[in-house]
Amino acid sequence: MNNHTILEMRSITKEFPGVKALSEVSLEVQAGEIHAICGENGAGKSTLMKVLSGLYPYGDYSGQIFFQGEEVQFKDIRSSEAAGIVIIHQELALIPELSIAENIFLGNEPTRFGVIDWDYVNRTTLELMARVGLSEDPITKVKDIGVGKQQLVEIAKALNKSVKLLILDEPTAALNESDSQHLLDLMAGLRSKGISCIMISHKLNEIEQIADSITIIRDGKAIETLHIKNDGVDEDRIIRGMVGRSLESRFPDHTPKIGETFFEVRNWTVAHPTVSDRLVCKNSSFHVRRGEIVGFAGLMGAGRTELARSVFGRSYGTFKSGQILINGKEVTLRSVPQAIKAGLAYVTEDRKSLGLNLLDDIKSTTVSADLKRITHGLVVDRDEEFRIAEEYRKSLRTKTPSVNEGVAKLSGGNQQKVVLAKWMFTDPDLLILDEPTRGIDVGAKYEIYGIIQKLADQGKGVIVISSELPELLGLSDRVYTIFEGAITGEVAREDANQESLMKLMTASRKSA
Amino acid sequence: MNSLKQIFGGDTRQFGMIFALVALVVFFQWRTGGKTLTSVNMMNLFNGNSYILILAIGMVLVIIAGHIDLSVGSVAAFVGIVVAIAMRDWGIPWYMGALLGLVLGALIGAWHGFWVAYVGIPAFIVTLAGMLLFRGANQSVGNSLTVPVPEGFRYLGAGYLPEVGPNTGYNNLTLLIGFALVAFVIYNEIRGRRRLAKIHADLPPTWVPVTKVVLLSAVILYATYLFATGRPGTSFPVPGLILGVLVIIYAFISNKTILGRHVYAVGGNRHAAELSGVQSKRVNFMVMMNMSILAALAGMIFVGRSTASGPSDGVGWELDAIAAVFIGGAAVTGGVGTVVGSIIGGLVMAVLNNGLQLLGAGADDTQIIKGIVLLVAVAFDVYNKSQGKPSIIGLLTRNFGGGSGGGKSSAPTPQPAPTEQAVGTKEVITHDV
Repeated sequence: MNNHTILEMRSITKEFPGVKALSEVSLEVQAGEIHAICGENGAGKSTLMKVLSGLYPYGDYSGQIFFQGEEVQFKDIRSSEAAGIVIIHQELALIPELSIAENIFLGNEPTRFGVIDWDYVNRTTLELMARVGLSEDPITKVKDIGVGKQQLVEIAKALNKSVKLLILDEPTAALNESDSQHLLDLMAGLRSKGISCIMISHKLNEIEQIADSITIIRDGKAIETLHIKNDGVDEDRIIRGMVGRSLESRFPDHTPKIGETFFEVRNWTVAHPTVSDRLVCKNSSFHVRRGEIVGFAGLMGAGRTELARSVFGRSYGTFKSGQILINGKEVTLRSVPQAIKAGLAYVTEDRKSLGLNLLDDIKSTTVSADLKRITHGLVVDRDEEFRIAEEYRKSLRTKTPSVNEGVAKLSGGNQQKVVLAKWMFTDPDLLILDEPTRGIDVGAKYEIYGIIQKLADQGKGVIVISSELPELLGLSDRVYTIFEGAITGEVAREDANQESLMKLMTASRKSA
Repeated sequence: MNSLKQIFGGDTRQFGMIFALVALVVFFQWRTGGKTLTSVNMMNLFNGNSYILILAIGMVLVIIAGHIDLSVGSVAAFVGIVVAIAMRDWGIPWYMGALLGLVLGALIGAWHGFWVAYVGIPAFIVTLAGMLLFRGANQSVGNSLTVPVPEGFRYLGAGYLPEVGPNTGYNNLTLLIGFALVAFVIYNEIRGRRRLAKIHADLPPTWVPVTKVVLLSAVILYATYLFATGRPGTSFPVPGLILGVLVIIYAFISNKTILGRHVYAVGGNRHAAELSGVQSKRVNFMVMMNMSILAALAGMIFVGRSTASGPSDGVGWELDAIAAVFIGGAAVTGGVGTVVGSIIGGLVMAVLNNGLQLLGAGADDTQIIKGIVLLVAVAFDVYNKSQGKPSIIGLLTRNFGGGSGGGKSSAPTPQPAPTEQAVGTKEVITHDV
């Protein structure tokens, strides 16, 4: 370890039940540098940062951490902050109803004779705000300033804790261009004052612009650490590192039987549900053919889910303009029941909070999207319900002692099968599957892929939204790429590879 | 073993409450020297508590959907005074008065439902406002005076079935109801078993249903005997009859219909329900509206019983109804609860009240004891959930009425099965968190 190394993480291994999230990851950060960490979603970046910040306490992982030359064993966030490591999460940890000053000093309030010393708080807040280039009244409530400025408040809060190593998780993900640039300039300024930064980012152009070195993480392993200037790193080089895994046969063999176009969306524009001038879908057009599996590629926050949910009966955002055509006829789908009736099904990416009633059992979940079909007169036929749930349990090979079990007891893969069964029961023409294999182990993934292919072979259209490029490449017949709410490309399976998709997904815009 | 646990222990609170109810009755019967289980006392018990139990039926649906209704006492009082005045001043017959009351209840419910479901104001606030609003309206309309109601209307709150048929020394209609219930219990058990056999589910050993049917029939026949042998001119009371019919209707709705499923779905996970095509706003509107209709009915029954509508009718009813629902196994977070469970919870409170009165306890002691019972009942349940304890009562009452256990001497009804599952899975979640 040389004198300029501020942080060294050695052979960090972190396991969750059934998953090895990090295996033998080592990371070295020099004093006064900006160190970027790159990797696909789920590669283990956030886990690594949680280990570093003490969110996963010492003993929860194996390996050693050295900070400023000494081995450290953080029990919690407080102890890592005391050492000078501050993490700023993607979802900001500010309290909207409190003022800027109150937020900066939250949990750290200076007192005189047991009373908060507001003079000191406000004075110091002004100084800190000046350092991050924020000119606001310290008593302004945080909810009244924009996301960009909130980000600056977080940094000011970190500075107040005499931070030596600042960790920023996707700092510019929610920011517009000028706010992003301001933040990057600020990071460069902090660097010149000797504060080191670790930034996790998907925006490769920003990394190229500001970072000194970069560590690429893939599948829980640190693949390589590159020095941006010395190694002549550019975006292509980073992408190659990020996606360089070999494609094994993780997909069932499948010959697509593609028919004519039956579902089409034209110039779809949707605004954010609360911020009406922020567009989450920008003039997007796409179509799906019978028997076709269409992939939607895009990084988290690119607007994939927003697009899917707004098409699915406008269940997200404020509809602005656009058309949906089914079998060449324009339809208006104002509500989820209308969308279901028109033959759409949407499997959400967030099974637990949006997809399932965890209090419910398997059999009633299976029929819950189309109760009318098993209702005679007024009565929901429970025998029918049991029979149908059994049928799906067998055909999808859901592992459960009985369909009377609660869905909360199932593993992720089996929960997903129940959700798929629920939508298959509605007999849809178009299934939109949002991250269908998230949090599912490899074996179950293979089965889910098989189910998806079978659905396509029945002449249904399937849209698969995924953050995992290998999954999209292995599964889809055609891929759309989405970046910042707009469709940036349409690539046929034959022409698609991870590099070209990643390029379309990250920055370089090309009209569809 | 795990599934056994779930079957027997899944709804521990409800089974525990049946047990507690029986124990309470036995205890008071002993302590009062046999004054509890007399026909007069039982009639009083039903007449004096039916309106709270009717409120509990509506309240449990509101709570399953994830809301609360604090306005029920005031709504009941307001409807009571309006109906009383309408009958006195406009001279409308009592049944038109009752109809007017129900329509008024529906309008008030629509008002609450509008604010809760379509404007999105928490039901706590909306109904707190409603509580003040309709209490004030009651006193404003009635000038804070007491208004008597005509004879026909009193039948609703204190009436008895007529004597018909041959002179058997019993009230024939009460006997008829009792025998019909026993027949229903037996039929239901056989049907339930056939159904289980048809879908190849595990059948419980034969002694289980036999014991269950014998026990239940004995309880029903004993209750029938009590009610049929009251002084001449009495029978199973009319308010109890109304309650019984409502329990059957609402247990059916919550358990067997799409609307019922949707109430559980919205309370369990509103977002998931919406993404499955459930119109959660409509569901919320319906449960709030339904609550006020039942509050109107409860108010009218109370007025009928006390022969007049007054300015402080219904004070504190909302709290009794809410307590009954929580004792009966509902979850504060929504998604869990049953109609029958709430009725049992309400009966536990009623028997406690009644027994303590018979023992000569004051209102102060009664309140203290009721408070402790509420706390202990819920604490017992939380503890059981964390332990996954099995329950013998669960074994005996399993599959009664097409679903899971339960059943009361007054009104055995089809039992909602989802609760058994729902509470069972809630257990799991508690473990995870």
